[in-house]
Amino acid sequence: METKTDLKEETKTETAKTVKGSEAVILSLLHEGVDTIFGYPGGAIMPIYDALYDYQDKIEHILVRHEQGATHMAQGYAKTSDKPGIVFATSGPGSTNLITGLSNAKIDSIPMICITGQVPSHLLGFDAFQETDVVGISMPVTKWNYQVTKAAEIPEVMAKAFYIASSGRPGPVLIDITKDAQNQFIDFTYKRVHQVSGYFPNPKTNPEKIREAANLINNAKKPLLLAGHGISIAGAEEELTAFVNKTGIPVGCTLLGLSTFPTRHPLYAGMLGMHGNYAPNIQTNEADLIIAIGMRFDDRVTGDTSRYAIKAKVIHIDIDQAEIDKNIKADVAIISDAKKALQQLIPMVKTNVHDEWLEEFKKLEAIEFEKIIQKDIHPKAGQIKMAEVIHQVSERTKGEAIVVTDVGQHQMMAARYYQFAHTKSMITSGGLGTMGFGVPAAFGAAMGQDKRPVVVFVGDGGIQMTIQELATIWQHKRPVKIVLLNNGFLGMVRQWQQLFHERRYSFTTLVNPDFQMIAKGNGIESSKINTRDELKNSIDKMFNFDGPYLLEVEVEQEDNVFPMVPSGASVSDIILEP
Amino acid sequence: MEKEFTLLVNTENNIGLLNHLSIVFTRRKLNIESLTVSESKIKGIYSFTIVIKTRRDVIDRVAKQLENIIGVIKVFVYENDEIIHQELAMYKLPISAIEKGLQIESVVRTHNARVLNIENDYILIEKTGHKADTQKLMEELKPYGILQFIRTGRVAMAKPMKDLEIHIREKNAAYEILED
Repeated sequence: METKTDLKEETKTETAKTVKGSEAVILSLLHEGVDTIFGYPGGAIMPIYDALYDYQDKIEHILVRHEQGATHMAQGYAKTSDKPGIVFATSGPGSTNLITGLSNAKIDSIPMICITGQVPSHLLGFDAFQETDVVGISMPVTKWNYQVTKAAEIPEVMAKAFYIASSGRPGPVLIDITKDAQNQFIDFTYKRVHQVSGYFPNPKTNPEKIREAANLINNAKKPLLLAGHGISIAGAEEELTAFVNKTGIPVGCTLLGLSTFPTRHPLYAGMLGMHGNYAPNIQTNEADLIIAIGMRFDDRVTGDTSRYAIKAKVIHIDIDQAEIDKNIKADVAIISDAKKALQQLIPMVKTNVHDEWLEEFKKLEAIEFEKIIQKDIHPKAGQIKMAEVIHQVSERTKGEAIVVTDVGQHQMMAARYYQFAHTKSMITSGGLGTMGFGVPAAFGAAMGQDKRPVVVFVGDGGIQMTIQELATIWQHKRPVKIVLLNNGFLGMVRQWQQLFHERRYSFTTLVNPDFQMIAKGNGIESSKINTRDELKNSIDKMFNFDGPYLLEVEVEQEDNVFPMVPSGASVSDIILEP
Repeated sequence: MEKEFTLLVNTENNIGLLNHLSIVFTRRKLNIESLTVSESKIKGIYSFTIVIKTRRDVIDRVAKQLENIIGVIKVFVYENDEIIHQELAMYKLPISAIEKGLQIESVVRTHNARVLNIENDYILIEKTGHKADTQKLMEELKPYGILQFIRTGRVAMAKPMKDLEIHIREKNAAYEILED
């Protein structure tokens, strides 16, 4: 992709220039290296859009079809470009449509900056047309938000927004700019920010705690490492592999930690949690040491916390001090960036092997393979299963694709069966479980890089929540590969109804539109299959096609995701069948 | 077991910060018993004194989440025996209370209260102390017909007195500034 950093250099050296607040917003974005914006214009943000009109050669603006789509695109973009995703929206409904995406970015620690227009400052509080207190509404779901009422504030506030969104534990920032502030003139100069008073993003790694942790690691007989999203945010994947190779400790990944550690590595133990792998869940309660890095012991990972890691000491490494002792009490807490902590730990830990301990994992893996995996990915008869589609896409892409998912059964299947060969390969809505995330996030992921193929797995429920973004994909022509796993149900809810509500399928049956016609109507090449024989060829055809493509696979309707840690159960009570 | 905790929250003077703090309590359905805000001895740094009844583990988590808010510098959690605290109360009584036998001198002496104002039709008494003390005086004055009663939130100081500036210096030392 063409990089647009030339102007960044130019503007660095320029002296004060008299511009409108609206142009100051665009110039600030250029100073921060922004080349892509996802947005939707409207009354209160019109001056900013007018300013953007003159910078189309430097910034690509993606016209979304709904502001929620913009937020998910910005998140997919942030994950593949390593830059904050930028969203423009107008006041009132434009800004309220951002709330789901902001919540998603907050709980999954994704850097995103939303710029919203606001009614002129003299109308604030008068219930003016399209006036909403978006600063008030978004406060619980942003890392920081701020309302600008004077153009002179814009450069500094923008610089703070970038610093806060990207530093420490990343997150979303919302900047609300009144229309009069957009129209005022200021002398524009820009200075990047590396410090904000009352904000402490970079904890120093405490060497004493590192020593204590190393001591526990060196004496552990049955250690288990839990790798979370913090590893990839810190860019600590190499350090993780080096640490694991030296200590011989098996690794379980959280959902957002997937692809931080190669799936085919002999010490990879699988995914943790509710629909994770059998071995790491069982072994959590056999381990004598848990080393949790960049993860927050989410309830979907821990199950019943009172029966979690019952025999283990816990080392918890996280950059966010509020995560320490929040869900699981730590014996040694290291408040630190994952990369720094691992760099300091590696020379202090002994080279080790844990053959007997690993043998127990192998036995459990064999049970899971026989009871579940084999039947999931190599079914002999019946309808196509979700897992075999994921497996075949994984084989076809050799684990090199960037995998995006929506939310539900297909998400768990993708998490379980895609064999990640590459780091930073999984983009999914973890904490919030946002249906409708997948398709726009995949488009954003394709905007953030163009070296690796992007494939999104989505269900027939989730795709309809943001289906209008197919038009955005068509308009902006990015080669997103959409695999629609259609089972005619809201599958995950249906699974729970089957298992825990006596098959009372209360409003989980979908009477779906013709997705082929919808794809066609949006200019997207597509095909639909329902037999196993067609699967491999249709996947080949999808990847061979130069451009976006929708492959609809009719899958087994009442397929279930197993293993499963039932809600409220202990991780070691994980079940392999109903 | 629920207990009374006093939080001292030291912050920058940012618009909306109070809203941010209250969201943390609201999310956990914690009721704020009392709240007082004032500028500290350091210009631009404000101190919130917040009284909450809850469990120790809950308040410890809340304190950490408060510290994550941008603009919050340092949060201290105290139990009642770790602080010296005061509240101020004002009582307005009709002047007829004296005719009914209200002994102003006795009130002032026994309750360590003081008279702030006397007009033709009312008398205004002020008392500082723990909530129980100001409450006790209110009960005593009730029979004379209290026209108006108002009490401030708690203000508190920790017993082991350590300079706030030292706390701030220690906090800053635990973090670093990274240029990119």
